[in-house]
Amino acid sequence: MSDPVPTRNATADGGPILQLRGLRVTLGGSSILHGVSFDVAANGVTALLGRNGVGKTTTLRAVMGLVPSGGSVRFGGTDISGLATHRIARRGIGYVPEDRAVFASLTVMENLRLAQPDQGSDRWSHMFELFPVLRERSAQPAGTLSGGEQQMLALGRVLLVDNRLLLVDEPTKGLAPRMATEVAVALTRIAEAVPVVLVEQNLAVVRHAARDAVVLDTGRVVHAGDAAALLADARLTNELLGVALKEPSR
Amino acid sequence: MTTVVLLTITGLGVAALYFLVASGLSLIFGLMDVLNFAHGAFVTIGGYVGWSVANAVGGTPGLVLSCVAAIAAGAGVATLTELVVIRPLYRRPLDQVLATVGLGLAIPAAIQAGWGGDARTWNVPAWLSGTVTVAGAHIPAIRFILIVVAIVVLIGLATFLARTRAGLVVRAGVENRDMVGALGIDVRIAFTGMFALGGAAAGLAGALDGVYQGSVSPGDGTSLLIFAFVVVVLGRMGSIVGTAVAAAVVGLVQQFANYVSANLGSLSVVILLAIVLLARRRNLVGRPA
Repeated sequence: MSDPVPTRNATADGGPILQLRGLRVTLGGSSILHGVSFDVAANGVTALLGRNGVGKTTTLRAVMGLVPSGGSVRFGGTDISGLATHRIARRGIGYVPEDRAVFASLTVMENLRLAQPDQGSDRWSHMFELFPVLRERSAQPAGTLSGGEQQMLALGRVLLVDNRLLLVDEPTKGLAPRMATEVAVALTRIAEAVPVVLVEQNLAVVRHAARDAVVLDTGRVVHAGDAAALLADARLTNELLGVALKEPSR
Repeated sequence: MTTVVLLTITGLGVAALYFLVASGLSLIFGLMDVLNFAHGAFVTIGGYVGWSVANAVGGTPGLVLSCVAAIAAGAGVATLTELVVIRPLYRRPLDQVLATVGLGLAIPAAIQAGWGGDARTWNVPAWLSGTVTVAGAHIPAIRFILIVVAIVVLIGLATFLARTRAGLVVRAGVENRDMVGALGIDVRIAFTGMFALGGAAAGLAGALDGVYQGSVSPGDGTSLLIFAFVVVVLGRMGSIVGTAVAAAVVGLVQQFANYVSANLGSLSVVILLAIVLLARRRNLVGRPA
């Protein structure tokens, strides 16, 4: 088990919202996570970074109980390891997977109602304010939406529930630059109200949104700390993420 | 013309039975990825429970009560099967198949041990033994009953899926059950409910098959299950309307082929299945990358 990696804590009681300790996942005989340990602060965006195939998505799936895992996951101070996925979600963790996983044959409204049947809730108006296109397309099957609109739907779904943490996996993947920017801006607004763990390859989005960064390599945490400091260090970024950074445009 | 009318209504009557069995099978597979080979046993149980009640009560009340009892028995046994046999094996699909095959063999064997292997005659009410004349064709009344019941079940299932929250959960679960769980919904309740619903339809099919055949025997469910699987494959897993259309096609093809030659009915269904699967494969292979 690797040592826990601290990040900035900001809950009322000073503790992190999510704590992973020695998280291990083996799938199809292959070991994917080898004892991942890190904390997630109770506000802002914590970016989970790393090259392709290092275990970022698996980490989120393990937190949600979607893959069998060892080690411990504590959420808000309570151990949620081994709980069924629906029980983890009910404790206040919203999950937006990499492929968005909207229900293609269901309408936009049905997708939303699945998450929150009570349409009288204020959350609906807040969500539609953030994503007005979802109101316009409410009767349309979700499978006919563009990639960006599907991403908004996936995000909108988790905003309708009183979540205390969001796990968002590659929200800008495959999106046109303008749509990616819209999603990134929305994500930043969302993070003002609820902490987010963000898996993202687009470092411009990370720079814009993330405060903390955790970097994985071959199923282990190899770096944790300030996201801006990481992205300001071209050598470290190249070493950890395998990308050569350009200076951010102003 | 008379023959065409007779074959068409007979085909739709048989299709109604196939639909009742296949609808549950299709939804269970679509939602849970469970190939339930014990589904035929639910049909057989429904048949024997219905037959017992019809014999005890008699007449039209006996017929109505036999259907109610068959529905309850099918739903009860299916629920028990899901909770005791299927649920502990959710992450072991091969074991699931083996367990349901075993149950599908054991239940008819147990029924045979209790009631014997011979067919038990089902005495239907006199009004149901008659015929109805349509365009000159004298058609047994039971075939209309089967068609009407199947239409009612189809409308009921379609309404349930389209209009209720439970139906919404089932439709979403057919697409991606992990994501349903990630939205905080206990999809296992939907699994049990779907098994109960499928079992109820299968039980009803067992009773109606008994009335249609005029008897029940331990192998009834297995015979229907074979055609129900063909219907499920043709109609695509998880689609209730697709299942209804496929059942109608299979029933009609089978009856018209039987008219040409008594041995052609079952063969024609196999040929139909092969043609559809080959066409689908060609569509998949031929699709540009």
